[in-house]
Amino acid sequence: MSPLQLCLVLSSLLFCIGLVAVLSRGNAILVLLGVELMLNAANINFIAFWRYGPHPDAGTGVIFVLFSIAAAAAEAAVGLALVIAIYRHQQNIRLQEATRLKG
Amino acid sequence: MTFALILLSLLILGSAAVAMALRNLIYSALLLIGSWAGIAGFYLWAGAEFVAFAQILIYVGAISMVVLFAVLLTKQGHAPEPVEFNSVSRFITGLIAGGGVAGVLLGAILGMPLEVRTAGTTPTLTVKALGAQLMGPHTAALLVIGLLLTVSLLGAVVLASDERRDQPEDAP
Amino acid sequence: MNTAAGADAYLERVPLVLRDAIVQWFPAPTQWLVHHLITVGVILAVFGTFFAFTTIAERKLLGRLQNRLGPNRAGLPWWQKGPKLWGLTQPFADAVKALTKEDIVPAAADKLLHFLAPVLVVTFSLLTFAVLPFGRNLIPVDLDAALLYFFAAGSATELAIFMAGWASRNKYSLLAAMRALAQVISYELPLLLSVVPVVLIAGTLSTREIVVAQGFWTFGALPHWFVFTPWGAAGFVLFLVSALAESNRSPFDLPEAESELIAGHLTEYSGFKYALFFMAEYFGLTALSGLGVTLFLGGWQAPCAFLQFIPSYLWFMGKLIGMIVFFIWVRGTLLRLRIDQLTRLAWQFMVPLALVNIGNAAFWALTAGWTGPLQFVRWGVSIAIVVLPFVLIGRRLNAGRAPRTYQYAAS
Repeated sequence: MSPLQLCLVLSSLLFCIGLVAVLSRGNAILVLLGVELMLNAANINFIAFWRYGPHPDAGTGVIFVLFSIAAAAAEAAVGLALVIAIYRHQQNIRLQEATRLKG
Repeated sequence: MTFALILLSLLILGSAAVAMALRNLIYSALLLIGSWAGIAGFYLWAGAEFVAFAQILIYVGAISMVVLFAVLLTKQGHAPEPVEFNSVSRFITGLIAGGGVAGVLLGAILGMPLEVRTAGTTPTLTVKALGAQLMGPHTAALLVIGLLLTVSLLGAVVLASDERRDQPEDAP
Repeated sequence: MNTAAGADAYLERVPLVLRDAIVQWFPAPTQWLVHHLITVGVILAVFGTFFAFTTIAERKLLGRLQNRLGPNRAGLPWWQKGPKLWGLTQPFADAVKALTKEDIVPAAADKLLHFLAPVLVVTFSLLTFAVLPFGRNLIPVDLDAALLYFFAAGSATELAIFMAGWASRNKYSLLAAMRALAQVISYELPLLLSVVPVVLIAGTLSTREIVVAQGFWTFGALPHWFVFTPWGAAGFVLFLVSALAESNRSPFDLPEAESELIAGHLTEYSGFKYALFFMAEYFGLTALSGLGVTLFLGGWQAPCAFLQFIPSYLWFMGKLIGMIVFFIWVRGTLLRLRIDQLTRLAWQFMVPLALVNIGNAAFWALTAGWTGPLQFVRWGVSIAIVVLPFVLIGRRLNAGRAPRTYQYAAS
């Protein structure tokens, strides 16, 4: 197995860990952390393809990861503010109970 | 080289998996920080120095703090989360979905003949070159991400702030 | 101009020559390891000793500032009638005391995290020393993104503060840890923003090249250190204030105010673990002072061209000691702030000023070609960009507030 394939296997497994967490955990904070893990897995792919790609001097992969990290920071800030707002309304952060708008 | 990569992968995957399975949120967050630091180690391994330090600075320094503050502000710190009645079925569903995705992805990766650049040397990208790229072809994206960060900061403050505003008791 | 003769002087090369001589004794396959181990060992030894003497210097200077003598009794062990050495062996006696004390861990505490927190905090505060250029040829790791590395390693200490507060299972520890975190995070922003102008002017993130960029003299006696420019002076002051707050020192030491609270997030720590936190605080202060010296005070550069015969590492240590003494002086002089004053100072005063200062540096970089009388215009405009926002924001923040009255102080 080549190093590139190893990197890709790492990132896909990380993505799946995040996916399982998002699907199966009810705690809003853990769901957010799962989404962060999935973003990180995507970043690993960008760096791996930059490292083993045909044009490493272009640096596009690195720049994409920088933007992605910034977007992840924004996502975490807004997401956790939402979690705190949910907590203020229903005194817990279980996503299954956040059904205020359900008819 | 490959050995270091395997060690890093085990660290990243192991701490992420255990973090997602634990019921104590503080432990989850701390283990996940270990996983993020491992990903920074992977970037260092791949030769992307700047991204590795940015990852540490933003994930370990900033996002982790926001997560830990959120855990404490929602009083999830000490008592482990209660087990819910339908959690087992949801867990099995999630596991099936995640395992399916993992199978598809792994099959695709292992079955694909990937062309690898034969030169084994780590590509070097100096900070100066990176800066020139950012301010050259990617200026528009840089402006957009700056705007996005500002808006999301304001949005987070508005969302999390309490409507019942108390007067500061003793202004200097 | 940075003469090549200075780089070749024997005194400059002594540390490297010594290291290479030791490395020669080892078989070739292990030489790289020995090479790095010696670097690490020397940093640990030098800054460990530096930490010990900083504590005694702080206690003695604070004593003088408060009109008392400070510790002056500790002499040599097993030699009661021997010389007293002005109490200089006090830190070693303190170390023995801390090591022999009982290590108390609260019954409810999270044992693992309670143990990990002091280890982490010392590790990460030591990691920051790796990119400081201590001399012309003495830089442990010459990274391209050195400044980013410094702040990345420094940001991990926040995690240790949280772990210490949470693992103690003491609500006062936890509250104090949250206050300490709020303070550290608030002041990280002005700290980073005050560093950006230097990066802008020097055009690099590498600490070695930033020092080299300051190695010029006008008339051989006026150094071109960044602190002697309008934006540099403003940036240096912002950096100093943020560094004080980052390292939890007076007047910003309210998370563990020793005369009001017990010890903040360190309440449940005793013996050697407490000593580790104490050590990490001083390492952090030393590293930030070293960074300030590197960025604004010319690093290892001599102040005058003809003083270059003194080895560069001595200049660095001299400037570092000057910074530390300044911090001790501030601690003995200023009053402690309240938490609301502290955060207001950071967000409403220092962050806007730091942002304006970046614009100032951009102006300075754009007008680099101005010569003759235009030089005076350049300096005038730059000084105005520093002074005007300072006055305006200060006025606005003080608007509607009567002058402070002190109830119990003699007028």
